[in-house]
Amino acid sequence: MSLLSGARGRFVLGPNAYGLRPDLALVASMVEPGTRLLDVGCGDGALLEYLVKEKGCDGRGMEISQAGVNACIARGLSVVQGDADRHLADYPDDSFDYVLLSQTLQAVRSPREVLLQMLRLADTTVVSFLNYGHWAARWSMVSRGRMPHTRALSTPWFETPNIHPCTVKDFLDLTRILGLGTGRAYGLAKEREVTTIVKGFEGQSNLFAEQAVFELFRPELPKGRRRRAS
Amino acid sequence: MSKAMPAVHELQESLAGPRAVINGGAPVRLESGAMLGPVTVAYQTWGELNADRSNVVLVCHALTGDQYAVGAHPITGKPGWWESMIGPGKSIDTDRFFVICPNCLGGCMGTTGPAATNPETGEPYGIAFPVITIRDMVQTQAMLLDTLGIDKVMCVIGGSMGAMQVLDWAACFPQRVVSAVAIAGAARHSAQNIAFHEVGRQAIMADPDWCGGYYFREGKRPESGLSVARMAAHITYLSEPALWRKFGRALQDRYTKSYGFEADFQVESYLRYQGASFVQRFDANAYLYITRAMDYFDMEADFEGDLANAFRGARTRFLLVSFTSDWLFPTSESKEVVRAMNRAAANVSFVEVESDKGHDAFLLDEPDMFATVGGFVDSVAREQGAGR
Repeated sequence: MSLLSGARGRFVLGPNAYGLRPDLALVASMVEPGTRLLDVGCGDGALLEYLVKEKGCDGRGMEISQAGVNACIARGLSVVQGDADRHLADYPDDSFDYVLLSQTLQAVRSPREVLLQMLRLADTTVVSFLNYGHWAARWSMVSRGRMPHTRALSTPWFETPNIHPCTVKDFLDLTRILGLGTGRAYGLAKEREVTTIVKGFEGQSNLFAEQAVFELFRPELPKGRRRRAS
Repeated sequence: MSKAMPAVHELQESLAGPRAVINGGAPVRLESGAMLGPVTVAYQTWGELNADRSNVVLVCHALTGDQYAVGAHPITGKPGWWESMIGPGKSIDTDRFFVICPNCLGGCMGTTGPAATNPETGEPYGIAFPVITIRDMVQTQAMLLDTLGIDKVMCVIGGSMGAMQVLDWAACFPQRVVSAVAIAGAARHSAQNIAFHEVGRQAIMADPDWCGGYYFREGKRPESGLSVARMAAHITYLSEPALWRKFGRALQDRYTKSYGFEADFQVESYLRYQGASFVQRFDANAYLYITRAMDYFDMEADFEGDLANAFRGARTRFLLVSFTSDWLFPTSESKEVVRAMNRAAANVSFVEVESDKGHDAFLLDEPDMFATVGGFVDSVAREQGAGR
């Protein structure tokens, strides 16, 4: 089952048999089959199960909540209770081909350290996050004088797990500071509308993407060794 | 042996349940190099073995546990120690799985141990029993399964000392163990735990009725020593919040302090009761030997200084569970094992269950533990096509 044809430009994500959330389907489409991976903040294991059962990956998970871990274990997945800030350090270098982080980066205490840890464990990571640069978020803040409240950002400030909100531009700044290589990048809006984030036009994506998904590489990883999903 | 044999020894011979002489009746070589035998293993089973023998769950009991995990205990009449975990429709579902729980080597409930009769002398081994290890317990359990014609175990599960056996099972017989659940365990016994065990052993050996380990000759039992050992150990199984919730500073059957050394406080009375009831069902020498086996346990040392070596290449699926308030086998010990398994790229899941009940939580009503274990065992069974 292909979740995403290798299209560029703009396209709409079809529904998938696994009922994966669109951002997770997008992440899944960027993973090469049969690889070894760690899904950090794997929640109830929906993405991980898809990758293990449909893409033949050797997948492991890390999840902070007991309910999430139990759901994963009941699906037959191998998941360790832990949090990204502290427990990525438990894995040896190069344990995986990929480390995935879906909508968790903004919730960790130290996003910078977490990204570096992820790229210690694997030479490639796929990271998805909510884009606070979306026009609706900007408008919401400017017009109301309050923290953004939009379809994509609907949790009040005192309840959101996202303690490090960022925009697509902010995120790219961090990758430059850390010297990371960026691969494929997508913006996601209106639930399932995907747009390729094109170099030089990031400002446009920053305005129109509600969520973003980025493939990141270790600084020293040569282009030829970068994996591509089939 | 002119006087009556102590109760535990007498009872041992008459206990209900199956027994098997393992290794074809030949002596078993222990880790220490000593030969012991013939070795008998007493065990209990629940559920039905399926046609391809793929639904076997092996339960390893803790230090003072025994094979009576389910059903009334033949001596105390109390319910089995893991009644909450094992049974029809429970996490370990006896409608689907064939569950077997052996009494460990060195135990006193029918398996060969210091209270069993030494064939060379015709009297109990006593202190002449060779020192045993967790590895020896695991090897004799494997021999029991051989005797019963069981090759693979769908799941080996245990808490505390049982978890030590589970880890060693997976390390020694990776091809026989499909999945392994180690609850409130560790890959080695800590210095603090060895220290507590030593207190227990010294209490027993300081009891004049211990008679240098040959109390059965005198028709005596070191009851006060064993009872103190149990009281001290029992504290380590609990936690301050659990003790406070249960007893606080409440007085027992009195309104004022006695200004003496009676059991004024409920917690004292409780501990005395724990000690007194324990000696009815446990042999003092068995307590010495089994605590020693736990003390010697150190998988890291057994596997060339790297615990990861114990799990390399294993296809076994692991589940480790710890409890937040367990200070005897704290979460850090389980995490150490998880880290080693990660180094070995083993398939491991791990959960730290929120509980204020201390080490004993693995024996108590912990819904999160039941859900985790139940989900794990069920997913393994479905993967194996074992049990509906």
